[in-house]
Amino acid sequence: MDNISALLGGFADVITPMNLLIALLGVIVGTAVGVLPGIGPAMTVALLLPLTYGLPVEQSLILFGGIFYGGMYGGSTTSILLNTPGESSSVVTALEGNKMAKTGRAAQALATSAIGSFVAGTIGTMLIVLVMPQVVDFAITLGSPEFLAIILVAFVGTAAILGSSRVRGFAALLMGIALGLVGTDFVTGQQRLTFGSPFLADNIDVVVIAVGIFAVGEALWVAAHLRRRAATVIPVGRPWLSRADWGRSWKPWLRGTALGFPFGAIPAGGAEIPTFMSYLAERRLSKHPEEFGKGAIEGVAGPEAANNASAAGTMVPLLALGLPTNATAAIIIAAFMSYGIEPGPLLLTKQPDLVWMLVASLFIGNFFLLVLNLPLAPTWAKLLRIPRPYLYAGILFFASMGAYAVQGQPFDLYVLLALGFVGFAMRRFGPPVLPLIVGAILGPLFERHLRRSLQQSGGDISGLVGGPVALVCYFIILGVLVWPLVARLRRGARGDDDDADDGGDDDTPSGPVSTSTIPNWG
Amino acid sequence: MTVLVGYVPTPLGEATLRAGVEEARRRAESLLVVNMSRDDVLVDAHRAGSDDLDRVERDVAELGVDVEVVRIEEGGDPADALVHTAHERAASVLVIGLRHRSPVGKLIMGSTAQRILLDARCPVLAVKEDGG
Repeated sequence: MDNISALLGGFADVITPMNLLIALLGVIVGTAVGVLPGIGPAMTVALLLPLTYGLPVEQSLILFGGIFYGGMYGGSTTSILLNTPGESSSVVTALEGNKMAKTGRAAQALATSAIGSFVAGTIGTMLIVLVMPQVVDFAITLGSPEFLAIILVAFVGTAAILGSSRVRGFAALLMGIALGLVGTDFVTGQQRLTFGSPFLADNIDVVVIAVGIFAVGEALWVAAHLRRRAATVIPVGRPWLSRADWGRSWKPWLRGTALGFPFGAIPAGGAEIPTFMSYLAERRLSKHPEEFGKGAIEGVAGPEAANNASAAGTMVPLLALGLPTNATAAIIIAAFMSYGIEPGPLLLTKQPDLVWMLVASLFIGNFFLLVLNLPLAPTWAKLLRIPRPYLYAGILFFASMGAYAVQGQPFDLYVLLALGFVGFAMRRFGPPVLPLIVGAILGPLFERHLRRSLQQSGGDISGLVGGPVALVCYFIILGVLVWPLVARLRRGARGDDDDADDGGDDDTPSGPVSTSTIPNWG
Repeated sequence: MTVLVGYVPTPLGEATLRAGVEEARRRAESLLVVNMSRDDVLVDAHRAGSDDLDRVERDVAELGVDVEVVRIEEGGDPADALVHTAHERAASVLVIGLRHRSPVGKLIMGSTAQRILLDARCPVLAVKEDGG
């Protein structure tokens, strides 16, 4: 009951005109960027990070939380109306949603995804309230070696599970860690990877890294590639659901929520895997299996609920452990750090008001989103008529301004441009973006825990494996790394020879290098 | 010689098309219907669907006018595309739709019609929506 009363306190804090306005602004911006393919909440939050210099911490977190939730709503609109997913988490929605739209049921598809998102978001946020303090109680007993192990799980998870191949994932992760470690060694004061430049002695700011990789990289990629025929948008009326549609939607909503939340909460879970699993589950459980592939409402309701629930799930490790499980969360972590607040298990003890206010604002944002999306989905689709040059010119402008604002040094703009080319190359050659961002943000934290554990044990390696939690983590890592090899050996032993070349490069449906929409993991 | 119509799938576009057909009959020339779809946006409200263009071709042919329907899908500027095509095909007259725009809209987006009127090297027939 403590949680509930703390949450009510959060509501009391959040209901001020200014906070509500910020929450509304957040969900509007979030929906807008969710609708636009190629521009996601991660890029948007990165572009808005400089706001943290001026805005009080509560309000910028409310804003970012709203953008994060809003992106999950907006992505489905383009999936359904255009067959172009606005976000990687809505790829699955396009499968059935667009078919529904083509058979004249666009209104129902939009309605079931908006209401499903609301249901899943509300249940998911409620689950945050119930689960997060328990996780904190547990996490607060952990020491540096355990955290080291948990961060390692996050590293290996994001690098090995997501994306098109393990090698690319780890390559991206190492690039990220290298970027994160530029600067002055905090124990010995040595300069690392600074090439003698005084500008680099102070670390590369996370704003510059995130904006360079997400915004500049994406803008260069679009400039280089995207010339394609415009589509005609499918006209829709006001979204609504008939009684039969309600009957067919509510179970997929709940199942999608149940799948999405835990996947959002584990490192490397993200929203892509649970949406796909939800789609498969609905296809198997449906009473109308013949409709799948022709526009089954279950195939929209389930995945849409799953991606919103996973967004809520992401908040648990974010608030309880300071561990990001997707790109947007990683950048929200950076926002915490720029206020000098260390995200981690102590967050809830040190800043309880802040945390509960953020959670309360998520409830409110979720409600705003339903109101904004249910009647207005066709209006949001009009955003797609903005010519790309206008859009990306604006993004580049904000990106440069944000990077310059960090220190007021032109040097940061050169770094931004260089990182933009790195981001462009990643989109071209396929290493996923998420491991890089996670590496850059968690890399320094990883180093800190590593050094601290080694100091505690007097330099003895065995100090790194302290306690059962760390052991479990290392077993998980071992499993993730070794299992594919074992699986391949076993397949090889059985004499299947047709899988010789698909080992390292298995294409997931939402792989990072398929056309326009994908290269933003958030 | 040919009459060129800039066609969009709206009531104004249909009015433009009708005027173009009349003009082609009066001049006893062929009709070229052009629909411009920009390639720098995800959704172009002025893009005519294939069935739309088929219907236009069928209807105009039934009226006994020699018709060709073209969809231009490259470039981001309808005014430029129409003026260029008119010049290339040596059109005798260019028929476009004209509607009122707010000053702010003109400031931000510019006026396609105005640019065609000024830039085209052939006469331009500007059509208003029915009743206007």
